[in-house]
Amino acid sequence: MLGPNGAGKTTTVEIFEGLRMPDDGEVEILGDRWRGENLPLRARLGIQLQETKFPEKLTVAEVVTLFRSFYPRGLGVGEVLALVGLQDKADGQVRTLSGGQKQRLSLGCALVGEPELLFLDEPTTGLDPQSRRQTWEIVESLKARGRTVLLTTHYMEEAARLCDRVAVVDHGKVIALGTPRELIASLGAEHVIEFAVGGTDGAIDAVTLAALPSVEKVVHDGGSWRLTVREVHRAVPSLLNALSERSLEPTQLTTHHATLEDVFMALTGRRLRDG
Amino acid sequence: MTADGANTYKVHGPLIELTRARIYELTREPEAVFWVFVFPIVLAAVLGLAFRSKPPEPLPVAVVAGPHAETRLAALQGPDLKPTIVEAAEASLALARGRVVLVVSGGDTPAYTYDPTQPESRTARMAVDAALQRAAGRADAFTPARSEVTQAGARYVDFLVPGLLGMNLMGTGMWGIAFSLVVARNGNLLKRLIAAPARRSHLLAAQLTSRLIFLIPEAGALLLFSRFVLGVPMRGSVLLLAGVALLGALAFSGLGLLAAARPRTIEGVSGVMNLVMVPMWVFSGIFFSTERFPAALQPFVQALPLTALNDSLRGVMLEGMGFVSLLPELALLAGWGTISFLAALKVFRWQ
Repeated sequence: MLGPNGAGKTTTVEIFEGLRMPDDGEVEILGDRWRGENLPLRARLGIQLQETKFPEKLTVAEVVTLFRSFYPRGLGVGEVLALVGLQDKADGQVRTLSGGQKQRLSLGCALVGEPELLFLDEPTTGLDPQSRRQTWEIVESLKARGRTVLLTTHYMEEAARLCDRVAVVDHGKVIALGTPRELIASLGAEHVIEFAVGGTDGAIDAVTLAALPSVEKVVHDGGSWRLTVREVHRAVPSLLNALSERSLEPTQLTTHHATLEDVFMALTGRRLRDG
Repeated sequence: MTADGANTYKVHGPLIELTRARIYELTREPEAVFWVFVFPIVLAAVLGLAFRSKPPEPLPVAVVAGPHAETRLAALQGPDLKPTIVEAAEASLALARGRVVLVVSGGDTPAYTYDPTQPESRTARMAVDAALQRAAGRADAFTPARSEVTQAGARYVDFLVPGLLGMNLMGTGMWGIAFSLVVARNGNLLKRLIAAPARRSHLLAAQLTSRLIFLIPEAGALLLFSRFVLGVPMRGSVLLLAGVALLGALAFSGLGLLAAARPRTIEGVSGVMNLVMVPMWVFSGIFFSTERFPAALQPFVQALPLTALNDSLRGVMLEGMGFVSLLPELALLAGWGTISFLAALKVFRWQ
């Protein structure tokens, strides 16, 4: 689930996890429903909350042991520690861990029951790039072992790299659903050109730009223009021509492969990070 | 995974693991260890020292200088009085400053100046009068036999120790439970434990179990210290005392659970805890007897759980009371515990 902060990702996931009651509708998880504590269903799930403060004075191995005791079957404590790369920290107290290590401990506690379905709520939010990459590798290894993972994120790189299917969410609604490739393909073109022409951008208009070869879509966003194009090598020269005919010079010009961010912008007119 | 020792971890049942985690958390907190185990002993030792039984001291009295001063001084010598001669000008000052408790005038007929609101002054007046009358020729009608005893159990420290034990059972019972629950709720840990398949009943049971395990060293340390260092008597059954302490610990665990049932922050729960505990510090007879409060307040004072606990502890330790005579207090404690526990379960906020 990809969406900006406040889109309702956590609320949705917590309804799936049986931690919140839906106002309306039915939730079915692994063919079962939430009634009472439903421990047998819980034992088949792995749940990582957005933020959990584990007891500071317990060691990493003790926390994992505690969580292991709740599941009728699952991985060994040592196996979990190896899986999340915390073997060396096994006897260190939680308070000595870095942010990334705490997050991996949290991931380990979600994995300890060998879940059929794993919920990860923003597993890399606030992590440094290295910790984020480590977390991605763990999720990829779980995927390789055939586990189903439902992950929420507001990082489009994360969704693009880890997810087989992405639901783009905004204001509590799924506004697009598909593989990352399908979603990008839905833009109708695979490249994006962004440019600005200083304070005189009144001299060029959307109709002119849309008429340029290979251009699919034109968005005027603040002082800059975004063109969604099929082929950069055809669009850029004609764009530069059109500008110089009007004696305009681009103050900035960039091109990139279309991403899920572009999908989100095309659907909502906002960026993911704007919240 | 190979079972090569370093990588094998023994995993017990959830109730054992939850209790163990709770015990580790507490014992690894040096401050908690101090407040739970050391502080009550230090307090009992300091107060015991301050209010220790002293041999009776002679009362300081003054005789105003004059022609009769020397004879009166001689008449007043004895084990009960410590007379000195002062100048007339200094006499009232000595009295006002408390250096002496009574002044005998220098006139032909002795006059006593003293403060009748002070027990020591009144005692001095009787001793001085008897000594001077006897010196002037009054014969004693009879000589009474004397037998002097000092009762163990009648000292202030004997009164104090059961009160301190009760206070400690309340403080650690309530704080021990409330603090860890609120921290766990605030850090999303309660929610996370519920989300992993931890039973709610196990989470609460582990809190109570670890509380009762801590009760043993906590009450034991204070009782052993007071028995063998302070010489506080133990007149009733040790087993009954343990039972009373257990019931008290459970009752205050219930109250702690109720206090921590809703608040999300330590600040929030602190307010609730003070609201509950401060009245009991004042009214429940920790440092002085509840009988000092006026009759109108007594129904309130006697309904407090700490009053019932302190009365029961004192009853067993100092008076050797049995189970049956403690029934009203024990029933009151059990009632507080049950009602607060059930109310806590009803309103408990898990996330």
